[in-house]
Order: sequence, then C-alpha cells, then structure tokens
Amino acid sequence: MPDSASMKEREEAHWAKTSRLMFTHLGVWFFFGFVIHMFVVPLNKITIPILNFPLGFYMAAQGSLIVFVVMLFVFAKQQDKIDREFGFAEED
Amino acid sequence: MATEASAKSSDFIKNLGKMYGTYTGGFIAFILLLAVMEQMGVPNKILGYLFVFFTLAVYAIIGVMTRTAEVSEYYVAGRRVPAFYNGMATGADWMSAASFVGMAGTLFLLGYDGLAWVLGWTGGFVLVSILIGPYLRKFGAYTVPDFLSFRYGGNFARALGVIVLVCCSFTYVTAQIYGTGLIASRFLGMNFEIAVFAGLVGILLCAMLGGMRAVTWTQIAQYVVLIIAYLTPIVILSTKKYGIPFPELTYGQAIAEITAREQQMLATGLATVANLKPHIQPFINYSPLNFFAIIMCMMVGTASLPHILMRYFTTPSVREARQSVAWSLLFIFLLYFSAPAYAAFSKLEVYTNIIGRDLTSIRPWLFNWGELGLIQICGKNAANIDAIVAACKAIAGHPGVVRLQDFVINTDVIVLSTPEIAGLPYVISGLVAAGGLAAALSTADGLLLAIANALSHDVYYKMIDPNAPTMRRLTVARALLVVVAVIAAATAATKPADILAMVGWAFSLAMAGNFPALVMGVWWKRTTATGAICGIIAGFGLCLFYLVTTRYFPGAGVAYFGMTSLTNPLTGLPLVDIAKAMALPNAMESFPTLAHPMANKVGWFDLNNIACGLLGTPLGFAVIYVVSLLGKEPSKEMQAYVDDIRKPRGRTVLEERTT
Repeated sequence: MPDSASMKEREEAHWAKTSRLMFTHLGVWFFFGFVIHMFVVPLNKITIPILNFPLGFYMAAQGSLIVFVVMLFVFAKQQDKIDREFGFAEED
Repeated sequence: MATEASAKSSDFIKNLGKMYGTYTGGFIAFILLLAVMEQMGVPNKILGYLFVFFTLAVYAIIGVMTRTAEVSEYYVAGRRVPAFYNGMATGADWMSAASFVGMAGTLFLLGYDGLAWVLGWTGGFVLVSILIGPYLRKFGAYTVPDFLSFRYGGNFARALGVIVLVCCSFTYVTAQIYGTGLIASRFLGMNFEIAVFAGLVGILLCAMLGGMRAVTWTQIAQYVVLIIAYLTPIVILSTKKYGIPFPELTYGQAIAEITAREQQMLATGLATVANLKPHIQPFINYSPLNFFAIIMCMMVGTASLPHILMRYFTTPSVREARQSVAWSLLFIFLLYFSAPAYAAFSKLEVYTNIIGRDLTSIRPWLFNWGELGLIQICGKNAANIDAIVAACKAIAGHPGVVRLQDFVINTDVIVLSTPEIAGLPYVISGLVAAGGLAAALSTADGLLLAIANALSHDVYYKMIDPNAPTMRRLTVARALLVVVAVIAAATAATKPADILAMVGWAFSLAMAGNFPALVMGVWWKRTTATGAICGIIAGFGLCLFYLVTTRYFPGAGVAYFGMTSLTNPLTGLPLVDIAKAMALPNAMESFPTLAHPMANKVGWFDLNNIACGLLGTPLGFAVIYVVSLLGKEPSKEMQAYVDDIRKPRGRTVLEERTT
C-alpha cells in the first residue's frame, strides 16, 4: 500500500496528464468543428480531384466527421495508456 | 445459484455475435422473401404490413424475453453491455425519426447550411467522451440527477436535475411518437391517431418489462434494421448512376452537376437569382453566427442529454465506456455521412427531370406524394397530370414547363421517395418505412426510459420513499413508464404545431441546464453545491426565458426586453418591420400562432431561438464559478470522491442497494 503522500502525487500527475490530453482533443475538436468551416468560401474554390467535391463542402459533410470518429478511438487508447501508466486502470 | 446465473449471463454475452449475426441474416432473407412475393403479385399494401408487423414482433419478442426483476438490470442493464454493442444501441437511441426522415430533406432545402445539423449531431460525442461520460460511469449513477444530487448536496440539486431532464426529454419523445404516427399513416394508410397509439404499444412492449436491459437489446436489433434500410436505396441508386456502390464518394459528381444545372436554369429563366439557393453556397439560410451557434448548441446539447449519457452507464468498465462512445459515433456516422448523398441525388433528379420539363411529361413517381399533399406544383397538390396542367394554366404567362418557383416539396419526401426515383421495387419502399419506424421507436424507448427512471428512481425512491422494497420500486417504475408514454402519445395525437422545433429546443435546454454543472462537477473540485445550484437555475432560466419570450411573447420581448428583429442572412434586412408589427392590435398577444408576424423572429444579437443555449451556458459557467469562489470550499470527503471519479480503477463511488 503506497503511503498517502505518494498517492496524492500520483493522482495529481495523472490528472495533469489527463487534463493535457483533454485540452489537446478539445483543440482538435474546435478546429474541425468550427475554425475550418469559417474558411468555407476560399476552400470551396478547391475541388477534390476525381471525387469532384468542393473542399469546403466536403469538410462539413464528411471530413470533420471522419476526424471526430478517428479521434474518439485514438482518445480511448491514449487515456487508457495514461491510466495504466499511473496504475489507475481497471483490470483487464 | 448466483454463479449459475453469472455463467449463464457470460454465455449470453459470448453468443451476442452469433445471435445478432443470425438475426441480421434472417432480416436480409426476409427482405428477399418479400421481394419474391412482390414478383409473384402480392399487393403492396400487404407487403407494407408484413414489414412493419414482422419487425415490431421481433422487437416485442426481444423485449419480453429480456424482462427482469432486478433493479440493476432494470436501470443499467446490469452494467455488462460490451462497448461495441452499446455503441450500436446508442446509435439507435440517438438517431431519431428526424435524423432518418428529416435530415436529408433539410439538406435538400438548405444546401450547405443544413450541414450545421450534420456537424452538430456528430461532434458532440467528442465532448461526451472527453468531458463527461466515462466519469459518470465511474461514479456509478443510475440517472443523471443521481450525480447532481451526490455532488451538490442532496435533493434540491436532484429535483433541478429532474426538471431539466423532463423539460428536454418530454417534448423530444412526443416528437418521436408523432414521427411513428406519420410513418405508419403514410405507408400503411392507417389513421394518424390510431397509428400513434399503435406505435405506443410497440414502444411499451419493448421497454416496460425489462427497462434498460430490454431497451438495450432491442435498440441493437433496431439499429440493424434502420441502417440497412437507410443505406440500401442510396447504394443501389449510386450503383445504377455511377457504377460505384459508395454514394458517399459519387455524390461529389452529383453536386458538380447540380451546380452546373443551377447556372443553366438561371440562364434559361427556369429560376431567378431571388429563388435559387445554390447548393454549395454557405450562409444564405443561416447567418454565420447562427450557423456556428447551431453547431455549438447541438454538440454541447448531445453531451448533456440524459438519454444519451445514461447509455454509457451500462458498460462493464470505464475503459469500455470510452471505447463505446467511439463505436457509437462510428455507427451514427454511417447514416449521417450518407444523408447529404440523398439530398444531392434527389436535388439532381428534381432539377433535371422535373424543373424544365414539359408539364405533360412529368415523372410519375411524384404523383404518389402529390396526392398526399407533399409535393405541389403551381400551388396545387400534384396528384395527377390534369391537376397540375390546370393549376399552371391558371397562372398568367406560365410557360408550360415547370419552373423552380412552381415546385414545392415537403422535406420528408426526400428519403421516402428515393426508392421510387431509382425505379426500385416496392419492397425497398417498405424497407425504408420499417427503418424509419425503427429509428423513431428506438429513440422513443430511450427517452421514455430516461423520464420514467428519473421519476421512479429520483423522485419516488430517493425523495419520497427511500425504504421502498425492490418489487415496489420496479412496479412504480413500470407504472410511471406507462403513464408518461400515454401522456406523450396523447400530446402527439393533437399534432402540436411546434413539435419539430421543440426537438431543437431540447438540445439548448439540456445544454444550459446540465452541461456546466456536470463538467464543473468533474473538472473543478472547488465547485460548491450552492454555486452549481445557482448556475443551473441561472443558465437554464435564461435559456428558457429567451425561448418562451421569442416564441410565445414576442411583443413583450420587444416592448420590455429590448429585442429586435432577426435579419435575413442574405440581404441583412430585418425579417419583420418591428414598428409596424408592434402597431398591430395583436402585437402584445401571448401564445401567438406561428402566423404571428413576430413569433420566432425577434431576439437579441440576431440569435435564432433554437440556439438559446448559447446564452444560458456561458452564464451558467460564470455563475457556478463566481458563487463557488464566494462560498466555502467543498469538504475533504467530497474532494476525495471527485478524485475517485477521476480514476477508473476501484469501486464505483455510489453503491446502490439492489435488493
């Protein structure tokens, strides 16, 4: 049983890392949820080759959605890694 | 005895793949069987009934087979739904009649601006996963108000949580039951009111005996039906048109053709600059502010809606809760990234095969919908060729071909008519109807359960009779479920005018009422009970005030609260002349109809009332922050509990008495 002081430290380090991960993902979310769509007019001037989508439209219809799905799977992995690193993960 | 039960249940979990695999195969075989029957001359009406009754029977059988007498099974499905399957169940829980039937139509009408809904209804799951869901799972709640009560000092916070939950879920469930009635009456020719109550029976059969456990396993079955139904017509259409069975890839071509055709229509006088809304041009239906406000409110609202959050209480671990959010979004994504393809293909069909066509050579698929009043040409229902020829003749100087301004389509038609546009047999139309029903029923189940659980668990058990024995708790839960369902169905049967707008409002209300208190409760230990309670009241109150004033008391909003007219995003001009409208005798009327010149058209900062959460949520955060700092810091125990919530390992914070 680790003493309570080192437990406290581990908790704080774990939470600092978790918070950092949270802000990173929140940043990516904000970028693909909002920022990129503010540039839809210039982006629409670019056409994706072969598929023929205007890029601005494509990002709102599919691009950002794909990013969200992928980032959720990545997040689940990363957070689990952090939990394991500090010994706070559940048993498998 | 206990080990025998748990061995049986782990067998059950192990066999899930086999069971649902067989079920999916069986469903496809059933579609093929009906296709053969259609070729043999079985009438469409019978095929439609077979589809609906077969699928309803399957849901009901699952519902009855998974009945339970255990509290933790009833409220959180025993917390053993694997991430993948919980993702599927959440997908069905999430995707409503509005997503299935309405989304593509909205995209058809609004073009790029409609994508605000696609983005808003997907991106919110990111917030669920990183900010709230897994922490509530670790906390060990049965309901969202459970967490508020524990973290914020008892029953007052719990009661607030219940009020927010009921406000946002009840209108939402009414809309789903309404959707059920609409689909059943359209496809089966049932009377709308009868269809509503038939849908109600279907919903109750799934949810009543088994609570969360039954709803989970039926929602998975419903997801399978709805996704097959949504993708089949569009995949066939894409294959026919472009030779590639991935509509999501080929509709870029359709958009290019639409854009070219728009120019051509303008050049030949079939459309005017005033009535043509170019499909890919942004910010012509919503101003940039409202476009991004809607995205924000739908996203944050997603992360605050109790019927979604409670799905993540059912996973075996915190880790699986996170994975499960990712699976959920993947399953939801499959539908949402196909919806714009529906819109594009339908628009191309309308622009090339209806607009500019000679009146006498109109494509026959639209008469079925014209008969129901869902498609109008020249201001009259397009029931047959004679009707539209006569209607257009009555317009002075009509050129004898359909112009863009002659054509009006109800947005529900886009998805429902695609099988006919693609020239597919009726069996596919029946499949789409079954899919729409599955979408409406599954969402209604989830919402009803959320409301009934809050009333039975939070109000009855926690606030009225904490010593109630298990049997009585479950009986009360079931009775309340029936009561809420009947009230919702009775409301839906009156066809309330605001029903569809209310779904959008639910997101804003959930966002303003729940989001700040939930996020701060996990992420800031210093949050006090008083702070949170003040924050919920302030945020939810402001949001509700803005909604109610702009919709039901616009005159008072203008006269007393400095509200001004919203503006047209294209021209920047006000939507209503406030001075003139205020001079009208009915200006100060309350509860005005939608025809009232100012209803939904006034506000602050040009902000659409559907996005009222954008006002309430920041206020909620600010109030929680300030009031918490003014008060004494929460007790050491409470801070230790928050630490516990943050670590996946270990027991849940809240241990429910289950026997």
